[in-house]
Amino acid sequence: MAQLTLPQNSKVRKGRHFPTEGGAGKTRRFRIYRHDPESGENPRTDTYDLDPERCGPMVLDALIKIKNEVDSTLTFRRSCREGICGSCAMNVDGTNTLACIKPIDEVKGEVRIYPLPHMPVVKDLVPDMADFYAQYASIEPWMKTDSAAPATQERLQAPEDREKLDGLYECILCACCSTSCPSYWWNGDRYLGPATLLQAYRWLADSRDEATGERLDELEDPFRLYRCHTIMNCTRTCPKHLNPAKAIAEIKKMMVARR
Amino acid sequence: MSLQSPLARVRHLGAAKEGVSHWWGQRLTALLLVPLALWFVGSLWSLVVGGADRAALVDWLSGPVAAVLMLLFLGATFYHLKLGLQVVIEDYVHGYCKWVLLVLNTLLCLVLGLAALYAVIVLAVGG
Repeated sequence: MAQLTLPQNSKVRKGRHFPTEGGAGKTRRFRIYRHDPESGENPRTDTYDLDPERCGPMVLDALIKIKNEVDSTLTFRRSCREGICGSCAMNVDGTNTLACIKPIDEVKGEVRIYPLPHMPVVKDLVPDMADFYAQYASIEPWMKTDSAAPATQERLQAPEDREKLDGLYECILCACCSTSCPSYWWNGDRYLGPATLLQAYRWLADSRDEATGERLDELEDPFRLYRCHTIMNCTRTCPKHLNPAKAIAEIKKMMVARR
Repeated sequence: MSLQSPLARVRHLGAAKEGVSHWWGQRLTALLLVPLALWFVGSLWSLVVGGADRAALVDWLSGPVAAVLMLLFLGATFYHLKLGLQVVIEDYVHGYCKWVLLVLNTLLCLVLGLAALYAVIVLAVGG
């Protein structure tokens, strides 16, 4: 049956407090989720006070400062620090976003930082993405053709057909949308989730692809596709301002159109 | 702990190759129910305000338009109910319990729907 309360070992406790060095002037407080499943202890939230004058403007800058100067045990993923790799996706101030392009100033009061919701935690802010990536692999995200490639040039695409991929190809698979979706929380083992479905539509919408029917066959399932109930959290949270909900609606329209 | 690969877990038993009819049926009945529900509430309201007794109600329901619209309204309502509750159960209930509830849902909506249609026919034809 439905589970209404957290298991005992998942309840989040209050952790340690790290006051700012010197303690003078303005401070910003960061409350950060900490969990090491191998320790057998419950998750906790540690608080860190930082001087905003001596820290970069983005949430990721604060995390890096904490790791470098205050508490080296804090664990998180980061790479490009400019919103294109998707590594630092996490829940900041109650919304999934990329820490590297989320200004600290946009958050009022305490800056609460948690890992992406409803994913298994490897450590602290690092979620286990294995199944998410497997879902992406399951839609076979590459061009499938039976016609032979032209001998002397690439496969051509009309500019207006290329335009149909705008708003789709920009997805960086950070998983902010999928992990914000309640339907993905309750049925993430069978529902593919908004990120994977947007990617699926990216190939359905590609004029050069010749496997549209097969792709639709693989998606036609009460769980894989139809667990989307247009809740729209995906579109609201997308840090790249894309619209996964619309892509899913387009897939549903294609399903009806081929009847 | 399972040693299955993530891809095997995700592919699971494959696509069921259904779900379009359910989705489309839910939308069509929803669309149909907007005018029908307004008509139903409006008709009942005018009957109640007009102080109608049982005879007046039977008289109204014996008309072909009212009878057919009523059958359509009840049929669409119970079909829509079945489709909607099915989604709620699939969303929130997992394991063995899910199958029991899905069967109960289908049976209950079918029985209640048939009973409602039967009542309308009896009133409309037999009075």
